[in-house]
Amino acid sequence: MDNIAGKKSGLTWAVHLSVLALVLLWLFPTAGLLVSSFRTTDQIATSGWWKAAFPSEQNLILRAASPDSQVQEGNLYVIEGDLFAPGQDAVISAFGVSSRAIDAFQAGDTAPLKKGGEVQVTAQGHYRMTNSEPFSGSRGQRIFVTATTPPEFTLDNYRNVLFDPQNSEGMASAFFNTLTVTIPATIIPILVAAFAAYALAWMDFPGRALLIAAIVGLLVVPLQLALIPLLKFHNEIGIGKGYLGVWMAHTGFGLPLAIYLLRNYMVGLPRDIIENARVDGASDFQIFVKIILPLSFPALASFAIFQFLWTWNDLLVALVFLIDSTGDTTVMTKQIVELLGTRGGNWEILATSAFVSIAVPLGVFFAMQKYLVRGLLAGSVK
Amino acid sequence: MHPALQGLITIIIGVGGCVGYFYFSNQLLDKVLFPARGKNAGRNINRAEMIRPWLFLAPALLALGLYLAYPVVETLRLSLTERLPGGGSRFVGLDNYRQMANEPKFWEALKNNMLWLLVVPALSTAFGLLAAQLTDRIRWGNIAKSLIFMPMAISFVGAAVIWKLVYDTRPIDQEQIGVLNALYLWFGGESPQTWLTIPFWNNFFLMAVLVWIQTGFAMVILSAALRGIPEETIEAAILDGANPFQVFFRIKMPQISGTIVVVWTTITIVVLKVFDIVFAMTNGQWETQVLANYMFDKLFRANDWGVGSASAMVIMLLVTPILVWNVYNARKEMR
Repeated sequence: MDNIAGKKSGLTWAVHLSVLALVLLWLFPTAGLLVSSFRTTDQIATSGWWKAAFPSEQNLILRAASPDSQVQEGNLYVIEGDLFAPGQDAVISAFGVSSRAIDAFQAGDTAPLKKGGEVQVTAQGHYRMTNSEPFSGSRGQRIFVTATTPPEFTLDNYRNVLFDPQNSEGMASAFFNTLTVTIPATIIPILVAAFAAYALAWMDFPGRALLIAAIVGLLVVPLQLALIPLLKFHNEIGIGKGYLGVWMAHTGFGLPLAIYLLRNYMVGLPRDIIENARVDGASDFQIFVKIILPLSFPALASFAIFQFLWTWNDLLVALVFLIDSTGDTTVMTKQIVELLGTRGGNWEILATSAFVSIAVPLGVFFAMQKYLVRGLLAGSVK
Repeated sequence: MHPALQGLITIIIGVGGCVGYFYFSNQLLDKVLFPARGKNAGRNINRAEMIRPWLFLAPALLALGLYLAYPVVETLRLSLTERLPGGGSRFVGLDNYRQMANEPKFWEALKNNMLWLLVVPALSTAFGLLAAQLTDRIRWGNIAKSLIFMPMAISFVGAAVIWKLVYDTRPIDQEQIGVLNALYLWFGGESPQTWLTIPFWNNFFLMAVLVWIQTGFAMVILSAALRGIPEETIEAAILDGANPFQVFFRIKMPQISGTIVVVWTTITIVVLKVFDIVFAMTNGQWETQVLANYMFDKLFRANDWGVGSASAMVIMLLVTPILVWNVYNARKEMR
């Protein structure tokens, strides 16, 4: 609207910059987690994720080969090898042989060993330990290095979190549990709500206005109130904690929004179509199934996305109605909270697990944003 | 049975059951109970038309009644009773509320909730309005909007992890991997802070998470409202020599004030129910308790249904003004 009346605002560049700043600010936290999930444990622990694209200087503790591998050259015993795996292009600037002086020597220097002998470490990580006596002991010499490592990204975290059967924090089963909760809990309320919304939109009966008002009221009832009474109810009818209970709970909690959204949409459908169909002898059931339902697709899609995001991301309902003491039915949100408590410092596991759970809703979000926005605009009580 | 299979069967039973119910109940009504033929055809059609809406509504009303309306009444009852050992319960009047009022943790939760209620809707709406106004003016605005809107799709738990990384603290001799501490040290801070354990201020660090999520929502709604403003009003203001700020504050703001109220109240309700963020990030330690988490604590850790229900009723009480206001507006609109 800047160009209205032929005036161009001089503030345009400021607008561009502010929007850019805002977008970066909003993306920054998520980007941090995404980048971290592709870094190794060492990298995450020793440098900020924003430095991931640059070579980083790290302090590493490495071990030379064990004394078993020593060879005799003349009257010298020698252990020789490389500290880094082939293909790892790290450059050592300083090294040490004691934890108290980890950078006492420059790369290429020769350092005396405590137990006798000496070691030379080159910048590329080649080391050569020499001694006039045989090396003893069972473990290799510790070598502390300060090395500049090139940026490195790995898929190992995802492999560990998703596919490693040894990994007790495995997200794979939690992923399927979440899916099992989500799909029925998204589909079932849609149908129930659609019929009710049709009755509220196109059928005339006493008490209709009151019912609509009641549904608007129920929209904001905090679900905290439902926890104990329903848990008691589920125990009494014998379904206890489990999938059936969580499906029913999500259906009940999702209904007010579903009915509200769908009714508002259906009211706006052209009256002529429906009346013509009535004149032609269609029953209400036929009108609903053949005309209203197909025409309401955008509203149905909006609600489906809401319900999907909400059930996928939910923690409270799953904690109360689903997850029993065996923990077999745990969902991803619960799993992540658990990790936050027990493995709070292991960012590679946390970041990766969180991203596994975030990825699906993000995909849905970007694919169906149009319907989501439409639903939001219709759903906020005006 | 494998849960996935159970899920599939539930979908089939649920969807099939719904369709079957609606189909057969309508058939029953039209063909058996009140057939539209014979000498009472006219009367029968009228009767069938009177009953049909309730056939369509019945499953939804049943679910709404059982899952939302009944719990409100039952929670009120539970908040006035006490569970007796070995089953059964006893009416104790306001004892649960009295006990709750004597707990400092409850007042801490209430105080924090009030702080949340002030800060989160205000900041989310303000950022949302700013983002809406700015992105409407530029060509790549839609991309910008979609990126600011994105946190809406992220779970509160996921957001908690994301922000825990931002607030991460390492010992002073190591490099900081949390952005906030890195910035703090870079700007001359003395030693890294454990942000989430600083009483009072840690509330704001938790609120930042919700503001981050809700800004996108506010932006989307407000942006639609801004676009709905008639251009003539803006044109007239510009012709009269108003500068962009005057146009925004004097012309646009008054015209979208209704929408701002809607956004504000919607976020207020989200704030009142906020649970996951606090549960995942601090679990109410270091004076960050909020009502919803306090309630969860009472219910499932202390196993005290009376006080738990009482605190749920406090949340309900705080929501009630908004509930009344929404119902009032909805009825006004329908007339």
